[in-house]
Amino acid sequence: MNLFKVFKNGIIDENPTFRLVLGTCPTLAVTTSAINGVGMGLSTMAVLIGSNIVISMLRKFIPAKVRIPAYITVIAGFVTIVQMLLKAYVPALDKALGIYIPLIVVNCIILARAESFANKNTVVASAVDGLGMGIGFTLALLLIGGIREILGNGSFFGIKLFGENASPALAMILPPGGFLVFGLTIGLVNLLTSRQTLKTGCGASADSCAGCGGSCNVMAMKEEGE
Amino acid sequence: MIQSILIAFLSAVFVNNFVVVKFLGICPFLGVSKKINTAAGMGAAVTFVMAFSSAATWAVQEFLLKPYDLEYLQTIAFILVIAALVQLVEMVLQKMSRALYKALGVYLPLITTNCAVLGVCILNLSLEGDHRFLFSVLNGIFSGLGFTLAIVLFAGIRERLESAEIPKCLEGFPISLISASLVSLAFLGFQGLLK
Repeated sequence: MNLFKVFKNGIIDENPTFRLVLGTCPTLAVTTSAINGVGMGLSTMAVLIGSNIVISMLRKFIPAKVRIPAYITVIAGFVTIVQMLLKAYVPALDKALGIYIPLIVVNCIILARAESFANKNTVVASAVDGLGMGIGFTLALLLIGGIREILGNGSFFGIKLFGENASPALAMILPPGGFLVFGLTIGLVNLLTSRQTLKTGCGASADSCAGCGGSCNVMAMKEEGE
Repeated sequence: MIQSILIAFLSAVFVNNFVVVKFLGICPFLGVSKKINTAAGMGAAVTFVMAFSSAATWAVQEFLLKPYDLEYLQTIAFILVIAALVQLVEMVLQKMSRALYKALGVYLPLITTNCAVLGVCILNLSLEGDHRFLFSVLNGIFSGLGFTLAIVLFAGIRERLESAEIPKCLEGFPISLISASLVSLAFLGFQGLLK
């Protein structure tokens, strides 16, 4: 298995936010500023790498029937570790992200990677997959958080960009702005990538997003079916 | 008492709506909102599970985690309680009420990974006062009703969207998110209703 390909897959080809549209709740909720987006992205990445490694190690021991509860327990363990570390070392970020830190447990990206990658691949490949997906997620949150912070607060990473007289569009850091910026960013990514695919002529369609609801549904159906 | 219940109702359903203001449960909001009927079914199932899991996690917190100083295990304990509860509710419904099981059955397994359920349980921890149990359960029910309201309204919009002409790159998720933004804008009008 080509590790670089696995790494690149998470950032570009199967970007969890723009391509797979997974983990929409934190994507919308914490991107009121670039720094919060990066904080959330890195926390999720830490959990993703940890759970991918452990699940890949245990993949031969976890019975198929109880794998989803087993994965959720592993993930919840890592989330608790991250939660404690954030509380101890970056209390300001912990406060800003609030309830969304424990909610990393139910972030579909992590369960989806456990189910579709870590339980089939080696430990090293799973760690690289976690890293790639984590970076892809972080970059996406940075992009959305950056746009919302610039438009809604007139700043980027807390640095004021415009003069005293500029009045930013506050709605952008309120909930409606979250939906709007996220929707338009996916649209933009679709537009750009469909142009690329047209140029190179490979037949991937622009709207290949399976959707969080979709993939969670599939997983749940599988769980039910057994 | 009645007054504070009414305030809790208004807050959970309109002012701090779970989906469009707090961004909890976005996945089913986008995933299961193609038809009004399925959206209402999902809403009912979520409300049902939220009420029960609010009660169950309250008990776990009060009688297990607090007395033994295990509060750092909250996240693990809650998610396992919810997963077990969803399974239990499904089995009980299957035995007790065929009609209700038929109506809610397909949605139940999806709910474990719904962050609105874990979200309401964690938010209930910050409740204060004498009637914490009552208000936890009420908060679960009201938040579920808020979820139902938002998802049914949104499904109504999406049924119309089906026949609309949309630029190719905005088809599917992007246009849903943009419409959700308008629903959210409408709910923003309720801000200031409560202090």
